Amino acid sequence: MSELTCITCPIGCRLEVETSPDGGIKVSGNRCARGAVYAREEFLTPKRVVTATCRIKGTGGAGGMGKPGESAAGSVAGGATALPAGPAGGPARGQQYRPRRVPVRTTAAFPREKIAGLLEIIYAIQVELPVVRGKVLAADLMGTGIDLIAARDM
Amino acid sequence: MKELRYDAVVVGGGAAGMGAALELRERGFSVAIIEREECLGGILMQCIHNGFGLIEFGEELSGPEFAQRMEDRVRAAGVDAYLGTTVTEMTLGEHTPAYLRDVSSPGATLVCVSPEMGVLRISARAVVLSMGCRERNRGNIRIPGTRPSGVYTAGLAQRLVNIDGYVPGKDVVIVGSGDIGLIMARRMSWIGCKVHAVVEILPHPSGLERNIVQCLKDFGIPLYLSHLTTNIYGRDRVEGVEIAPIVNGAVDYAQARRIPCDTVLLSVGLVPENELSRNAGVELNPMTNGPWVDSGMMTNMPGVFACGNVLHVHDLVDYVVEEARRAGAFAADWLEGRRPARELRIKAGANVRYVAPAKLDPSRDNKVYLRTLVVKNDALLEVKVDNRVVRSAKKAHIQPSEMIALTLGPAELGGTGPDAAVEISIQ
Repeated sequence: MSELTCITCPIGCRLEVETSPDGGIKVSGNRCARGAVYAREEFLTPKRVVTATCRIKGTGGAGGMGKPGESAAGSVAGGATALPAGPAGGPARGQQYRPRRVPVRTTAAFPREKIAGLLEIIYAIQVELPVVRGKVLAADLMGTGIDLIAARDM
Repeated sequence: MKELRYDAVVVGGGAAGMGAALELRERGFSVAIIEREECLGGILMQCIHNGFGLIEFGEELSGPEFAQRMEDRVRAAGVDAYLGTTVTEMTLGEHTPAYLRDVSSPGATLVCVSPEMGVLRISARAVVLSMGCRERNRGNIRIPGTRPSGVYTAGLAQRLVNIDGYVPGKDVVIVGSGDIGLIMARRMSWIGCKVHAVVEILPHPSGLERNIVQCLKDFGIPLYLSHLTTNIYGRDRVEGVEIAPIVNGAVDYAQARRIPCDTVLLSVGLVPENELSRNAGVELNPMTNGPWVDSGMMTNMPGVFACGNVLHVHDLVDYVVEEARRAGAFAADWLEGRRPARELRIKAGANVRYVAPAKLDPSRDNKVYLRTLVVKNDALLEVKVDNRVVRSAKKAHIQPSEMIALTLGPAELGGTGPDAAVEISIQ
């Protein structure tokens, strides 16, 4: 038996999911039908929309979001670490401000157990500017049929 | 000094400012948005997570997508946007240029500065305030201890990670369970950091249940409810925090424990950014720290309107845009010389923290937002006019982190006397 909190609406029913020997699933604790649908999916195949950022091509430097300790600037123990080593000190005062990461998202909810692998793919991508919102940066992620798209024009 | 003139000026180009500007422009008025950042979108640009737009666009978007879709509409409508431009002063009445004095409203003048254009004076007959919020910080909640580096507000950390591409630390403790803190717990986990705890002073989380599940439970991050953060340790860099449980209303220091970490994120609430309004003489509601507004979203200063998080903190950007569109429409009514014939005062009753706006127009439907003080299932919401119940609604579940919306119109408010008092309470 496993316990879940329903997130379909703000009530937050405490759901209990039981599996029977024949492989069937029984949900209890739900106040409405949507709770049973949520519990079944969350129990069998939990999925999440993944949002992250990608490096911009040409900003240089080693290191990726996934492994802060390995970035070119070294350990973070003493303070903030620049991930892609950009221009020292960031943009000068009065200069046009340039963001250094492109926000991205999956086009649909992605299997939760594969997210760690997906993040490695995302952090290895370097996006060439300009980029338009909705551009596919990586198609059919890990064979799921789900794409990674840019979330902003830059 | 450069002088400019518009029918309406909107201060702040986030979701609220764009919503209000769009509505004003669509009603045929010339509109300028003044935005201090280099792009429109406000806080949405760093909110790269999804969950925005279900009401406004009918689909689930990330923050930057929502912002840019709004910006597309604003640009297509012909709104002027002054970017990298900060408003330093707002004046009404005697400072108004002579050519504006004879029209229906006295108008306002904004003094602005920008690196490109220097000092500007922008005059308008209507002003919409939509500056949003600032985060409460360590000083606001008085956490004792040393002052090492590594203490950030959650929103600042969000900006550093999502826009600037910096990782602010490795081992994180989050103080406060507001939604920004919860979202950052997931974000920090996904960039390879370890989030050791979320510490909440109240017995219930401040954020949405959905975020508790998807941002904490998915990562096995412990949530300490009814716990006070009693100390921050470290000389140059944060080395840890001390937390202690609150038992029967008192902090139990005997059970205090230390959690080693190098970074502390604070997610302890938002305060509307009202320095500009306050200096201009706008009256603020101490319960929201935002301006008092009447049924037409107008402050005590004629022609000055307010909407979005600068008025009161919203849960969803879709509600912000909806409110901002109404504020824009009311500002357009004002420019056309239309004002409500009479208004009723509305106040917060039992278990209600605040109600916004503070007045209702009994001749039409009024959208009212309120926040409760309590967590409750099967609650009863009651609206009374002079102690007579005119509306009661059952709510399956209420909690302070979920805003409650209500529409009150002639059916409830009709036939009331000029001094009738409307009160909303929750049992």
